[in-house]
Amino acid sequence: MNILEKFNAMNYGPAPEARNEADAWLAARDFSKALFIGGEWKAAASGRTFDVSEPSSTKLLAKVSDAGEADVDAAVAAAAKALPKWSAQTGYQRAKVLYAIGRAMQRHQRLFAVLESIDNGKPIRESRDIDVPLAIRHFIHHAGWAQALNKEFPDHKPVGVVGQVIPWNFPLLMLAWKIAPALAAGCTVVLKPAEFTPLTAILFAQICESIGVPKGVVNIVHGGPEAGAAIVNHPGVQKIAFTGSSEVGKIIRKATAGSGKKLSLELGGKSAFIVFEDADLDSAVEGLVDGIWFNQGQVCCAGSRLLVQEGVAEALIAKVKARMAKLVVGSPLDKNTDIGPLVDRVQLERVRGLIEAGAAQGAECWQPDCPLPETGWFQLPTLATRVAPANILAQEEVFGPVLATMTFRTNEEAIELANNTRYGLAASVWSENLNVALHVAPQLKAGVVWVNGTNMFDAACGFGGFRESGFGREGGREGMFEYLVTPLPYGAAIKPVAAIAPSPEGAEAVSGIDRTAKLFIGGKQVRPDGNYSIAVHDRKGKVVGEVGLGSRKDIRDAVSAARGAKAWADATGFNRSQVLYYLAENLSARAEEFSARLASLTGASPKAAREEVELSVERLFFYAGMADKFEGRVHQPPARAVTLALNEPVGVIGVVAQDDQPLLGLISLVAPALAMGNAVVAVPSQRHPLIATDLYQVIEYSDLPAGSINIVTGRSAELAGVLAKHDDVDGLWIVADADTCRKAEAESIGNLKRVWTSGGKSLDWSSELVAGETFLRRAVEVKNVWVPYGD
Amino acid sequence: MTRETSRVAAAVEAQLSIVTALRTAANAPSPTGHAIARNPGMKLDLGFLESARNVNRSALERRVTSLTKRRSIKADNQAAWLLRAVTCMDLTTLNSNDTAERVRRLCAKAINPFRADIVEGLGIAGANIRPAAVCVYHPFVATAAEAVRGTGIHVAAVSTAFPHGLAPLDTRLKEIEASVRDGADEIDVVIPRGLVFSAKWQELYDEIVQMRAACGEAHLKVILGTGDLATLRNVMLASMVAMMAGADFIKTSTGKESFNATLPVGLIMVRAIRAYFEETGFLVGFKPAGGISTAKASLDWLVLMKEELGRPWLEPDLFRFGASSLLTDIERQLEHHLTGRYSANHRHALA
Repeated sequence: MNILEKFNAMNYGPAPEARNEADAWLAARDFSKALFIGGEWKAAASGRTFDVSEPSSTKLLAKVSDAGEADVDAAVAAAAKALPKWSAQTGYQRAKVLYAIGRAMQRHQRLFAVLESIDNGKPIRESRDIDVPLAIRHFIHHAGWAQALNKEFPDHKPVGVVGQVIPWNFPLLMLAWKIAPALAAGCTVVLKPAEFTPLTAILFAQICESIGVPKGVVNIVHGGPEAGAAIVNHPGVQKIAFTGSSEVGKIIRKATAGSGKKLSLELGGKSAFIVFEDADLDSAVEGLVDGIWFNQGQVCCAGSRLLVQEGVAEALIAKVKARMAKLVVGSPLDKNTDIGPLVDRVQLERVRGLIEAGAAQGAECWQPDCPLPETGWFQLPTLATRVAPANILAQEEVFGPVLATMTFRTNEEAIELANNTRYGLAASVWSENLNVALHVAPQLKAGVVWVNGTNMFDAACGFGGFRESGFGREGGREGMFEYLVTPLPYGAAIKPVAAIAPSPEGAEAVSGIDRTAKLFIGGKQVRPDGNYSIAVHDRKGKVVGEVGLGSRKDIRDAVSAARGAKAWADATGFNRSQVLYYLAENLSARAEEFSARLASLTGASPKAAREEVELSVERLFFYAGMADKFEGRVHQPPARAVTLALNEPVGVIGVVAQDDQPLLGLISLVAPALAMGNAVVAVPSQRHPLIATDLYQVIEYSDLPAGSINIVTGRSAELAGVLAKHDDVDGLWIVADADTCRKAEAESIGNLKRVWTSGGKSLDWSSELVAGETFLRRAVEVKNVWVPYGD
Repeated sequence: MTRETSRVAAAVEAQLSIVTALRTAANAPSPTGHAIARNPGMKLDLGFLESARNVNRSALERRVTSLTKRRSIKADNQAAWLLRAVTCMDLTTLNSNDTAERVRRLCAKAINPFRADIVEGLGIAGANIRPAAVCVYHPFVATAAEAVRGTGIHVAAVSTAFPHGLAPLDTRLKEIEASVRDGADEIDVVIPRGLVFSAKWQELYDEIVQMRAACGEAHLKVILGTGDLATLRNVMLASMVAMMAGADFIKTSTGKESFNATLPVGLIMVRAIRAYFEETGFLVGFKPAGGISTAKASLDWLVLMKEELGRPWLEPDLFRFGASSLLTDIERQLEHHLTGRYSANHRHALA
């Protein structure tokens, strides 16, 4: 075609990004020695390699060392060796290293971008303008946290050696999200990139080597599931940070149960993209392009469910189709490409299978008439309409360029549909009415909400999910906590308690009137569902009463009551504060009675018993005061936007208390949960439950809404297990023997509830270490709401 | 609502089929000119106007930021696109010290925009690639009309008390008539910006309707003075009123406001054009003006038109640049395209 013909055609034509520098880099490296361990390039001990191929051409790019257990051992050993010195460095010293990494990456950013597009298949525009700049920003941002660590996070210590496993969809960016905060916190890392996409991590290791990151601080091993499992199961690792599928996340949760390893999981999503009738519809359409057609839809937070208000649905869908027709599918190294190939044949087959299944279940799938390249794992962008909530395309994460569409009538219905998922990673809300947007955002079960935008990321803002999208945050102040620990006042190991059988036991004739201690569910004292009771003994073994033997059905009822206690979650902080103050006031008024009861039950001296009651009142008083003070933050991303990091209640939290300090131990867990607006299902000390049942009257007298606190007495270990297996329980805090703790963590995978356990040890609840922010932080989920502005 | 949304949907589908048809015909030469029916306007529909109110500046800014990075035009295609920019140009002189001689020089450049070696090198001899119009103040309309007679180049006159638009309406209408009498076949009018701030939509509509009537057969370009309008929402609403009143083109700026044509402003105006097309089926042209002086910038605007509106809006009857120094920069780029050497301004004839 000559120029005149092109003048008439007005097509874009090819605009290839040069790849010669990247090819030269590839040709010059020995990928059979690609493991970066203790600052040295190593081959796998087994000598094995795996093939890495290019998604757009399907050609082999490199044969990369395939790490096994021995290599992971060596990497963990190197990280452990480097840890003492690295964590003892000043913040300033660590900051300089992070800064140097960021700047060195900046100097080589085009090489990173081109390699990333070759390896992953993402369009060069995205790797060049989004992935790589964000990764660089992450390191430079975290240099600041490194330096300010002691002042900003007093009493915190680095968790230790961190094992990190990352996915293939944002290879370099996920590496940055993992390594930058870990290094800032003073941790050393063993990171495993995904098998499909190891190349930019190798270039990154080369950068670490060239700028002199101390040997062993950053270790990068390549490989598949074997290497991943070796990291997860390694006893020398104190924390696992994983980004990937919910399926693997759950396997990791189970595998690390009882190990004491700190864990953060950033998993899948089925994020809602909600368009209200007063939205800027054309901009919402562009939002979808940035949402579901970004990175071929292989984005955990992709806005894959379009929820559109009925009145504008038809117009919006027409606009979406018109926009889809302009998407360019092609070579990732063409600057005009909007959609590149999927990462691998496996992924392409999965996506096509889901589209077929969705269509078979009644969805209408539409694709633009757009030519596809002859080779490579390309998938046309797909719009599915008439998608019922039960359709597989509405339920399952596709991880491809497939948008499922539904309509709604009211704000409430939009929220209900948006939350009708096991996931909870992100959501997007489009409305020109700030009242609507800020009304809806807090009600969405999602760790990130973008108002009139989508897929906005920044190092200063936390990212991470609710529900089965995982837990923990990456980025911002909240992300730093994932790599830090605070000391807790652990005591002796708790011995497993023998299960008590219900049986009337001979007690002396009581002098007063007989009292029946029931369960406390939904604001009422109720008999246990099974109608069994167990005896309670005092310190001398004498039967002092009986309590109901709570069962799985009582837990079920209690969780249901807690789920219904919306009044408490919706109450203002000041309102909750006053109720908790009142609770403290009423307990204080009966301090004599509770002290005597404690002394009689536990054998504590009158003074010690009195102190425990006083401290319980004090602790209630403290958390009452914090109810309107443990606030969120406003983050400042480099954009004209505010990001509101809101502290939201976790939801329904199960609490299992210890036998020692039965009152203080219970209140120290229940109070922070309540203060932040959670509803609680508490299992009190199995040995001394009467101190909890005595509380019923205090609670009833203190204006706590029905269902906000529920108490189920019985066999602690059994009830802890029921709570762990209940998929409508959002959080679970357990002080119990090691086996009960481990089982609870393992069983939590049903809904990935947030579990904290004492790891089989008791705690000294009179310590100030448990009275600060530690449990408040566990009582909230941080939700980052991005609000771009400007008119 | 249902009927209305169906109509919108049908219009979008229609546009979609235009796009599809164009893709199919991508290798065939396009017709030399489009028979675009003039926009007759419609009654002032305040309900429709309100429906256009939802404009999100941040999202628009993000769109234009990524838009110019999503599309890249290289090599021969770039040369072709730059030639396209020239054919969509209103070569303009709007200075207080303009003279008839200055205007004749401008017209000469419009008639012969490129050095002969460039024309030959690009293989465009006889293709009539030259600016669509020259744009001048009223006193020079007759001079310009005389200078470009027989070339097909249009003569555009800025009018209605340009650049402020604050003369009595009667005076402003008479100015249009005078320019048409002198030979202008395109009239660039300005709106009194105050009518937008006070939301006097009926008054604005009525004025533009009368201006259109005063134009007769001459095409009406309505300058919104977007640099004065403060918000993109105001730009959107003013665009809609202008189109409802029968504008053939809507145009951003006079070049005299504190800031000129920007891509976010352009984006909201082309979306207004799209919404109007979806509502009525009429095609309205767009003219960004002021501050567009580099070849690279002209490509950004062409990409905006192609992506948001489609191929039909890459023709001079639906798209114009108001520009003065842009032509020279394009000429330099074309020389570079041919020779691989960077040129200097003084090697190209002045406008």
